[in-house]
Amino acid sequence: MPRTLELLRVSATTAPAPGIRTLPTITKLVDTSTCIGCKACEVACQEWNDLPPETTVQMGTYQTLPDLTPNYWNLIKFNEHEDEDGLHWLMRKDQCMHCADPGCLAACPAPGAIVQYTNGIVDFQQDQCIGCGYCMTGCPFNVPKFSPKTKRVYKCTMCVDRVSVGLQPACVKACPTSCLQFGTKEQMLQVANTRVEQLKANGFMQAAVYDPPGVGGTSVVTVLTYGDKPELYGLPRDPTIPAMVRLWKGPLKWLGNLAMIGGLLGVFAHYMRFGRKGRDGEPAPGNGAGER
Amino acid sequence: MTPGRLIVRYAFSERLVHAVAALSYLYLLLTGLAFWTPALYWVAVVLGGGYLSRLLHPWVGLLFAGALVWMFVAWRSDMRTTMEDRAWRKALRHYIRNEDAEVPPAWRFNYGQKLLFWLMVFGGVALLLSGLVLWFVASIPWELRVLRYTATVVHAVAALATIGGFIIHVYMGTAVVPGGLDAVIHGEVTEEWARHHHPLWLAQITGDSSKSSGSVRL
Repeated sequence: MPRTLELLRVSATTAPAPGIRTLPTITKLVDTSTCIGCKACEVACQEWNDLPPETTVQMGTYQTLPDLTPNYWNLIKFNEHEDEDGLHWLMRKDQCMHCADPGCLAACPAPGAIVQYTNGIVDFQQDQCIGCGYCMTGCPFNVPKFSPKTKRVYKCTMCVDRVSVGLQPACVKACPTSCLQFGTKEQMLQVANTRVEQLKANGFMQAAVYDPPGVGGTSVVTVLTYGDKPELYGLPRDPTIPAMVRLWKGPLKWLGNLAMIGGLLGVFAHYMRFGRKGRDGEPAPGNGAGER
Repeated sequence: MTPGRLIVRYAFSERLVHAVAALSYLYLLLTGLAFWTPALYWVAVVLGGGYLSRLLHPWVGLLFAGALVWMFVAWRSDMRTTMEDRAWRKALRHYIRNEDAEVPPAWRFNYGQKLLFWLMVFGGVALLLSGLVLWFVASIPWELRVLRYTATVVHAVAALATIGGFIIHVYMGTAVVPGGLDAVIHGEVTEEWARHHHPLWLAQITGDSSKSSGSVRL
């Protein structure tokens, strides 16, 4: 069950979220320049969350699976990039980004199925999930995955159960190179910026921090060696909640509601003003000349 | 002809399919509204819960689509716009104000009914296609995600358009036109009813326009 006092946002509710407890923001830092592709984070995620194993697929790379699955919430993507300096192996941790402005939550029609805590964690409550998949349309990162078995959607929880009792997420705990670090958003941005300066000093002038403002920033911040080309890592350049999802949940919803209420009031007004048509050709009662 | 004679307006198969369409549409409307706005989510709870509503909504949608196809095949020739419909459309104001003496005669269906029919046919196609995308959203590749976005908006807009038609259709059939609901359930109307609401159709099926020329204005 969600921790009520820490709820910042709750999907599909007409009432304000009940959270009154302010928590320090939490952020996971992913430094792609120090990732060695060992996949300890993947194993730790599977173990801590006790997720059933997935059958791997031979992709011709070291990547475990083509994509995240309902049972696999943390996947190191092995992207190969070739330029004049030769072949670069660009590894990136694919998982829920825990957006400050989550598209999944905006799109969700099931009350309480997606919540956001005051520390920034976006969490799915599968017991409230109705399996419509709208979160998959709302997410700009292609993260939530539908389970045909339970007909519900799953993704990284940021180990909310560990974080809530003061522990690091399992993947961070397992990382052997400190490519993964965990702390407040402020701390992690500081570490990330320092690392970017180091990379620039080493000649990687395009190095940058990936914390996309289009979704209000994310609680998973990534240091990219080729920060000018996030696409090389499979990251969208400027992710936002899709415009059509915003249209649907914004103006279209209000116009639609007004039109439907207007339609009902309209036919009611018509009935009061003009009433029934005459039966079998007779003029209707109350439809006399004096009315007009 | 004997006054008060009953005429078959809708065959049993027509009434049955219309009822299937009506009931399935009502279910789709109620569960769809529950997913549309949190303020109406309680409707899904009343109908067995959000999970069940989401599970059944697409299947009932297929049922509605099937009924719609049947109605399309059965009624489309009666639903073509005719010369008389142009005159009827010009007199829409009188029809709305129940000044039926000023309304030009209609065939089996008047122009308003035809509009609803085509709204439901085209709206139904849009709802079915977008609904299939929403149903199998997990199978839409990420590269084609624009389909997901488009389907979300198309489904909502098409639903709103048909809801507008549905409100007017149900209101007209149950509250405004006496005998309308009876006709679509039991299938029969009186000759006077037919002469008043659909004189050209009456003349057509009785095979002699002269006998009903009192109300038929050609």
